[in-house]
Formats: sequence, structure tokens, C-alpha cells
Amino acid sequence: MAAKTLTIDGRLVSAQSEQTVLDAAREAGISIPTLCHLEGVSEVGACRMCLVEITGCPKLEPACVTRVVEGMDVRTGSDRLHEYRRMIVELLFAERNHVCAVCVANNHCELQDLAADLGIDHVRYDYLFPLLPVDISHERFGIDHNRCVLCTRCVRVCDEIEGAHTWDVAGRGGNARVITDLNQPWGTAQSCTSCGKCVQACPTGAIFRQGSTVGEMERDRSQLEFIVTARKKKQWIV
Amino acid sequence: MMTQTIVIDPVTRVEGHAKITIHLDDSGQVKDARFHVTEFRGFERFCEGRPLWEMPGLTSRICGICPVSHLLASAKAGDAILAVGIPPAAEKLRRLMNLAQMLQSHALSFFHLSAPDLLLGMESDPAKRNIFALIAAEPELVRSGIRLRQFGQEIIEQLGGKKIHPSWAVPGGVRSALSGAGRDSILARIPEAQATVLHALDRFKRLLSHVKGEAQVFGNFTSLFLGLVGANGNWEHYGGHIRIADGAGNIIADHLDPSQYREFIGEAVEPWSYLKFPYYRPLGYPDGMYRVGPLARLNICTRMGTPLAGSELREFREQGNGAVNSSFYYHYARLIEMLASVEGIERLLDDPDLRSRSESEEEPLLRAHAGINQLSGVGVSEAPRGTLFHEYHVDENGLVKSVNLIIATGQNNLAMNRTIAQIARHYVRSPRITEGMLNRVEAGIRAFDPCLSCSTHAGGMMSLHVILLDSAGRVLDERRRG
Ligand code: SF4
Ligand code: FES
Repeated sequence: MAAKTLTIDGRLVSAQSEQTVLDAAREAGISIPTLCHLEGVSEVGACRMCLVEITGCPKLEPACVTRVVEGMDVRTGSDRLHEYRRMIVELLFAERNHVCAVCVANNHCELQDLAADLGIDHVRYDYLFPLLPVDISHERFGIDHNRCVLCTRCVRVCDEIEGAHTWDVAGRGGNARVITDLNQPWGTAQSCTSCGKCVQACPTGAIFRQGSTVGEMERDRSQLEFIVTARKKKQWIV
Repeated sequence: MMTQTIVIDPVTRVEGHAKITIHLDDSGQVKDARFHVTEFRGFERFCEGRPLWEMPGLTSRICGICPVSHLLASAKAGDAILAVGIPPAAEKLRRLMNLAQMLQSHALSFFHLSAPDLLLGMESDPAKRNIFALIAAEPELVRSGIRLRQFGQEIIEQLGGKKIHPSWAVPGGVRSALSGAGRDSILARIPEAQATVLHALDRFKRLLSHVKGEAQVFGNFTSLFLGLVGANGNWEHYGGHIRIADGAGNIIADHLDPSQYREFIGEAVEPWSYLKFPYYRPLGYPDGMYRVGPLARLNICTRMGTPLAGSELREFREQGNGAVNSSFYYHYARLIEMLASVEGIERLLDDPDLRSRSESEEEPLLRAHAGINQLSGVGVSEAPRGTLFHEYHVDENGLVKSVNLIIATGQNNLAMNRTIAQIARHYVRSPRITEGMLNRVEAGIRAFDPCLSCSTHAGGMMSLHVILLDSAGRVLDERRRG
């Protein structure tokens, strides 16, 4: 694997040719906000939080799906980027009903953290306030579509790590929803192994453990990474 | 018949936006009064479709003034749906929190909101009849009152971790115990809290002889009184059963199961208010009017159950004949309940159950875990302002299908109207609005300490809007202040 040298925020950084700009930046200790990105599963470039500016490139590029190129000159933070990121997060808040104060994930939520980091104290767009269902038919877990940001992290962990592919996405645009099996109540989804990986993966309070009350949903994402690393390195095979 | 209407709007230092109309007949006498609640937050609606476990957190946001009361009633409704008995430590911790809430809420009502009227006099300049003027006049009393409220809040914080909107009680129990350090710091402050309440009680009782006449026209009428009492008839705030007494102090119903409240409480609606009007079914509406809250609790209980508050209760009962009927004595009752709360808190802190440990763990058992075992549940507790009912219906997964809440202010609604009418009848002498009448109407409402989910205005000028209308709706007099 050939090494590439690029510049990120004025710093010379070296990376392997397979790496993404996001990986290279994080390895160099430069943080880029993300939402749909999850260590251990494939990238989809869906949320656009990780957009960066690349010299010579007329449009913004998502760092999580852009491979490093020799001599690349990347900027991860500018007023323009900040404004776009802010807009994305505000739109997510306006799209569904994220009421942090009564949410199971309060204080343990990536969406909330992003809003705080971006200094969002109000939303400029009209709230849509859709009346979305909550499915708590599963014995141990539940999903509140009101809090889903459609990052598809649940879909990917379920498919790529667990291999069950219980989760998927149905509908388009504003009608898009994550579904279990062929849009059946989660409790009746036969493919679900109740492994709980989606519970660890979800960045917001959308997927939760049954019985959770305000602020109780803490997640341990390192479990997912642990499984992926162990599998890749065949740590379980002696 | 010719009628005239006086409108007082908004009431200040009452927790909410409300409008008062005083209806005169053609001879200028007060016919009727209405306390209009036009604010509606639709909580019952937006709880629908939510998981049961979120209800304590959601409903504790109904009111920024008494989140703990809704939290506990909600958790109790949750217990009923899980069909579990909660661990003893959890019940006692919930009791501790409810007493702390009682204490801080009553302290706010008495020291911040009502003391200016009581101690500075109703005829005094409204600009000088507020908490700030009181601080200047009686710095020690006010300071100790503020500390008392803060003491109650500290206990809530020790338990729930957050002063306002704690989501600490959950269906099945509570989320965390009281730490040893927390217990010690509460215990250390008990003597001061007790001294503060005793001093305030003493001040109030000395004041009583001067305001007896006033108390006679201050919502002084017979009504039923409703509330929880303990198994032995003791004053109660968390469990027990419902007892109803009449205006002469006779117990007319006892050992009523709170979860069967629909059998004995009906709810009427009036087009001019968003609050429902609960009434005692056997007597019908509006004759089944009843009062809840401190005055009711002291009228229905057999004894307080703690020594200091117990002897105060005996003295208190001398104010009435069987039952104490003047709403003015809500203040008095509140003071005695503060004393009972301090005594109760001290007693609970010594309770070995609070420190009971399970065999293997550091923490006592605090939370019963269970699924949905009942499709409906009722949780009832005594909020500072009166008996609070939460009733939930859920589907088999625990999604809330419907919610019915009966709050204290709703139950006192009819009595508040009667209080206003009585005060107005006494002080309205012409189609003009006098300062003294305004002050007293306002103070009359404040005796009930109604919570209407808005914030208190503890200080500053009163902002009043008073309109006097004749039967044709013509404005006879109009006054604004503040
Ligand atoms: S449920 Fe959670 S993990 Fe799945 S798409 Fe929605 S926000 Fe992402
Ligand atoms: S993290 Fe890159 S697009 Fe979501």
C-alpha cells in the first residue's frame, strides 16, 4: 500500500492510499464531525456532516467516502462548512420530534452533541412535527421513529456484523423509515436475533432498551469495534 | 336581569395566566365569580403513543412548579401497570422526595407569595407589597423562608440529581438511592428548618387575632374536603386511601380505593374554562364541590402522626367547628404541613429501610423490573396543592393509549370561584374597582396556591387588568396596573 501525503488544515499528513480523508484526519488528531459514520461498518456518505473543502474541487466532499489523493489540500473547518453543518443539524431537528429533555438518550446522544458543538440554540426552520409511531413490540428493545435521523447505522450493523439484515429502509424522502423485516412489527421480525447491535449503533434515542427512562440510554460502541477487529484479525481462532 | 361584569386580568403571583370575571346583578351586588383558565397545554394528548416508561419524565413537565408530584403519581400509575410491589427502600425514598416537595412548595407559597399580603397588610401600596418590601421590613423571616425552600430543593436534588424535572422515580421504583453524605447534610439542616417553621407559625398565629374578621369573608363556606389518609387515619401524602369529610367535619366516606376514583368522582366541563370540574358523584354537580390541599388534608385526618405538627393540629382545629371552613386557613394548614414534612423527613432519614442492602450489592434494592401486566393503572398522591390522580391505559406492549389527569387546581376550581365571589361581595360597593378589593381577590386565589403551569412572579409590581362591565357588556370601569 503506497503512502500518500496531503495537507489537512495546513498540516502535512501522510496516509495510506486506501484511507479516507476522515481516517487520515482522525489519525492526525484532526476532528471532523460525523453522524452516519460508524467504526466497523461500511460508509454511506448519507448525512453530509463530514463535508470538507478540497482545493481545486468546485464542490464540497464528504470526508468519510473520499479517498486520499497525493498532494490533496483539505480544509475541515470554515465559516461556510460551519454554516452548512449547522443547517444540516437544524433540518434534522425540524424534520422529526427530538425533545431532548424527555428523551431516553438525553446527554448520551450524538445529534445533541453535534448541536452543542455547533452552537445551535434555536432552529430556523419550521418544525414538521410528524406524528410517527413507536414500536415496542420487541421483548427487549424499542424504536421511536420520531427520533430517527435515518443514518442507517442500524441497517449496516445488522447486515454487516450480525448478518441478519433485519433492518432496512422503506419509503422515500420525508416518508423514509427504517423497517424491520418487510415492515412488520419488530417483535414479529423473524430474522431478528435480538443481538442488540443496532441498540449500540444508534446515535440518537431512536433505538432503545425497553424500560429506559429519560437519559438512561447509554451505549457502548466499542463493543461493535471489538467484534469487528477480533473477526478481522481472527482473534477467536486459536 | 341586568348584570354587570368585572374582569381582573391577569392575576399576578399566581402560577399561570388566568382571568377573573366578577358578575354583578342589576342592583350592583355580586352574583357570581369565575376564575377562567384559558391556558391549556394538551399534555393528555401528547402522551398518547409514548412508551409507559417515559410517562414520569413527560408528565413531570406538566408543571414547572410541582414536577415531583406528577413524577410520583406517574410512577405509581406505572407500578400499577407493571403490577409490582416496589422495594421498601424505593417507597420510602419516594416519600422523602414528596415531603421535600411539600416543604419547598409550601415555603414558596407562604414566604414568597403570600407573606407580603399577610404581613404588610392588604391595604398597603401594591408597589411596596411584594417580597422585596418584605425583605426590607422583615429580613430575618424572609431569609429563613428562602433557606427553607432551598432546603427542600436540596433534598430533591440529593435524590433526583436535578432541581427541576427530576426523572428519578420510574415505574417499579426509583433510579438511585440517597448517599450517606446526602443523608448527613440533610440531617444537619433539620434543626434550622424546624425552627424556621415554628417561628413562622408563631408569627402567623399572632397575626390571626387581627385578621379574624377578614378570614370570615375569605372563602368561608362549607364544602366537602377530600384527600388521602393513612391506614389509621393519619395525615398522609403518598399512599393510603381516600377519605371525604363534610364542612362540619363528619367523615362521609372513608376507605375509598384511590384507583377506583371514577366511581366517586365525576368531572364536569364548563365552556369558559379549560380546567375540568371534578365533583363528588353522590352529591352531583355542583353540590358535590370539594376542596383539596392543605386545608382539606388537615380537616380529614384523624391525627398528624408527628408530635409537633400533632399539637399544632389540635390548636388549628379550634378555628373551626368540626372542620375549618375559611379558605384563609389554607395558609395556616400549609405551615402545619411544613412542620409535619420536616418531622417526617427526619423520621425517614432514620429509617433502616433507606439503607437496606441486598445481599450482594452496595445499593439497596430500588427498582422492580417487570413487563406490562395490566392494561391500565391509576397513581394517586398528594401534591402540595392537593390530591393528584394519574390514570393511564396502555396496549399490551406498554404504549400509552389514553391518559386522564385530575389536578389539584381543577378540584379547587369551584371553591376558588366561591371564594372570589364571597370576597367581591364583601368589598365591591359600587361599579368602581377599588384597590383593596383587587388585592383581596388576588390574595383569595393565592390562598389556594393554584398552579397553572406558568412561572411565578415572586417579586415586582402586580400587573392587573380590571374591567367592569354592565349587562350589555359596556365597560363601566377599567383599571390596569403594573
Ligand atoms: S434507528 Fe438509529 S441507527 Fe437506525 S437509522 Fe434511525 S437513527 Fe440511525
Ligand atoms: S459521516 Fe460522512 S456523510 Fe455522514
